[in-house]
Amino acid sequence: MADAILEVFRGNQEAGGAKQYTVPIAPGMVVLDALHYIQGHLEPDLAVRWNCKAGKCGSCSAEVNGRPRLTCKTRMDSLPTDKPITVYPMKSFPVIKDLVTDVSWNYRVNKKIPPFTPKPKTDWKMYQEDVDRVQEFRKCIECFLCQNVCHVVRDHHKKEEFGGPRFFVRVAGLEMHPLDNVSRAKLLKDELGIGYCNITKCCTEVCPEEIKITDNAIIPLKERVVDEFYDPLLKLVRKIRGSGSV
Amino acid sequence: MTNQTKYETHEHDVLIIGAGGAGLRAAIEALSAGARVAVVSKSLLGKAHTVMAEGGIAMANVDKADSWRTHFRDTMRGGKLLNNWRMAQLHAQESPDRVRELEQWGALFDRTSDGDILQRAFGGHTFKRLCHVGDRTGLEMIRTLQDRGVQMGFDVFMECTIIRLLTDGSRVVGAFGYWREQGRFVVLKAKAVVMATGGIGKAWPITSNSWECTGDGMTLAYEAGADLLDMEFVQFHPTGMVWPPGVQGLLVTEAVRGEGGVLRNKLGERFMEKYDPKRMELSTRDLVARSIYTEVKEGRGSEHGGAFLDISHKPPEYVKQKLPSMYHQFKELADVDITKGPMEVGPTCHYMMGGIRVEAETAASSLPGLFAAGEAAAGLHGANRLGGNSLSDLVVFGRRAGLAAAAFAAKAPAGATDSAQIAGSERDMLAPFERGEGEGPYSVHRDLQKVMQNLVGIFRTEEDLTTALAELEKLKQRANQVRVEGSRLFNPGWHLSRDLKSMLTVSEAVARSALARKETAASIIPSRMNQCGVGSITWSRGMAMA
Repeated sequence: MADAILEVFRGNQEAGGAKQYTVPIAPGMVVLDALHYIQGHLEPDLAVRWNCKAGKCGSCSAEVNGRPRLTCKTRMDSLPTDKPITVYPMKSFPVIKDLVTDVSWNYRVNKKIPPFTPKPKTDWKMYQEDVDRVQEFRKCIECFLCQNVCHVVRDHHKKEEFGGPRFFVRVAGLEMHPLDNVSRAKLLKDELGIGYCNITKCCTEVCPEEIKITDNAIIPLKERVVDEFYDPLLKLVRKIRGSGSV
Repeated sequence: MTNQTKYETHEHDVLIIGAGGAGLRAAIEALSAGARVAVVSKSLLGKAHTVMAEGGIAMANVDKADSWRTHFRDTMRGGKLLNNWRMAQLHAQESPDRVRELEQWGALFDRTSDGDILQRAFGGHTFKRLCHVGDRTGLEMIRTLQDRGVQMGFDVFMECTIIRLLTDGSRVVGAFGYWREQGRFVVLKAKAVVMATGGIGKAWPITSNSWECTGDGMTLAYEAGADLLDMEFVQFHPTGMVWPPGVQGLLVTEAVRGEGGVLRNKLGERFMEKYDPKRMELSTRDLVARSIYTEVKEGRGSEHGGAFLDISHKPPEYVKQKLPSMYHQFKELADVDITKGPMEVGPTCHYMMGGIRVEAETAASSLPGLFAAGEAAAGLHGANRLGGNSLSDLVVFGRRAGLAAAAFAAKAPAGATDSAQIAGSERDMLAPFERGEGEGPYSVHRDLQKVMQNLVGIFRTEEDLTTALAELEKLKQRANQVRVEGSRLFNPGWHLSRDLKSMLTVSEAVARSALARKETAASIIPSRMNQCGVGSITWSRGMAMA
């Protein structure tokens, strides 16, 4: 069977570069299979994260031929074979080693988000039509590809003042939960910096779960923030009442 | 204890090893009881194997005719009455509360038209019992528990592997491990430890399990002196993918059959008519797996050595809504559109019913201070687990383990860690770097998988098992001599050199227990015997296992 040439980043934050490996191709093979072949036969210390190898855990994110992808879902036969297949770590996170990056920033952002808070005396009846839109958000496997590709993080390095698409999806899942009873608009505006997003939809394009991040999560949340903080009529009402909320 | 200062050290009341459903649920409960809690995870938080659970979580509830008694009976029958009956009772009684609790913490299950939780049919369950979210129930569960725990404030040590339990006399006082990222060692002191490390599937090549499932918890507990129970009870799920090679073993959820999928051989026969005409495709997993195996062995298998599983008679939109990840999995990885044609499926090593022997009420192991829950613990499922009973197991016994561990910790005085134990463990762990020559761990792992697949599979014979034990002995020698290249910085070869030892220990336990059981039980059967028996096989350190 034919061989493929993989060009894989080896190294860490300080030093490193691409190295080429020749890997035999098997039917239906994915890029992660090729990386495992390298580990098992050529270079046992090649660092790569993975768990389920089925697109369900979101561990094996990398940039394949320049495109952020799950390596377990990227078929070798979908890539051109006339030149080496490049596999690089996600660019927006510091490299620990080879394809493994430090994604701890994401876990820090997550901690800021107030949990699901049900209304008092809830009877726990919910209807599928109300649950559907939230279930879309809850499909997120936290591969962080959206975080990686978002230019606010990738090019403008706004990690301290920005939450990123993953966490807008998470907040949307809470805000639109039919039985949730708290507002996270202030958090979105002040701490997660939703205003930085200028809806270029890069996140939606790379989502392996096909969540419509921009249209279904970010835009409705931006509208919520606008309603709560920038609506001139409500602002007037608040001023008259002298209170922070309506 | 002077040299302990050279290690990074953390101290908690309760240390939980494993961050899947059972570990996280235990952590939440121990936190609620006021304990200081740390959770250690080999992977990043939220990536544990629970994430792969697809079909649902079982509870007797919505159907008015159903009750905990029926659920209990189904569980016991499925397990060939080799279950710990008290565990089966507690599980059936408590799972509805545990499911509702998940909902109250934010989980969103699929709904009925009345606004209640929708339940689906599954093999061996008399009633529709599985609460689900399409076919990604495990993800929903782990995310819910993870967010709850993070908000409550446990410490999480991600990408940290435990290599030894620390004991003071006969009591557990903590654990010793290393950070996978940097390769530095760490001492985690605790008054109580909960083992929630999951299964052992990676000892087989065709498995639905992730790299993490290497039997660490069972090995650590065994090495520290705890009993293991029923280690021969390994479940082979009837439907794993068989083609293409890279995805061989990947799970095809039982929900496909729950939603009406039918199994056929290459002649187009619905062969389950021969094996279980009453329950057909919704027979128990052991029986369906053996039926497929038999069809293939007798020459009626599919092109790649499996059976055909077909759901394409259902409307495409229904299939996509109820089985979204199956639809994508086959479309993207096997070029098969399951709304139009059948899937090729065959048995895959899926679940460990055996494990650490525990008390039903408290999840306490035979070693004071050590508790175990989830797949790492034994008893609930007997010789064969019903689908959906695993996720409910995690939350029912995860909670009980957390509660009991916190209570134990509240009463226990601080123990002393033994620097000799730590030094010995560090020496063993670093030895592979010092060997100038020798093979790497990957080839030993591949050979171990071959032995387990060929000799310790679905059907077992005394001859095969005896051969397997001899082979395992040779593999142990090789594993003790493996050489690791590179540095300690995130080095998968080094990590595998340790996981390999755990896999060898549990593999030997499986083979020895299978040899010792002289009757047909269920999931694992010596094919020469055919009676159903009672009783359990326990292994303690110092007994036959070398």
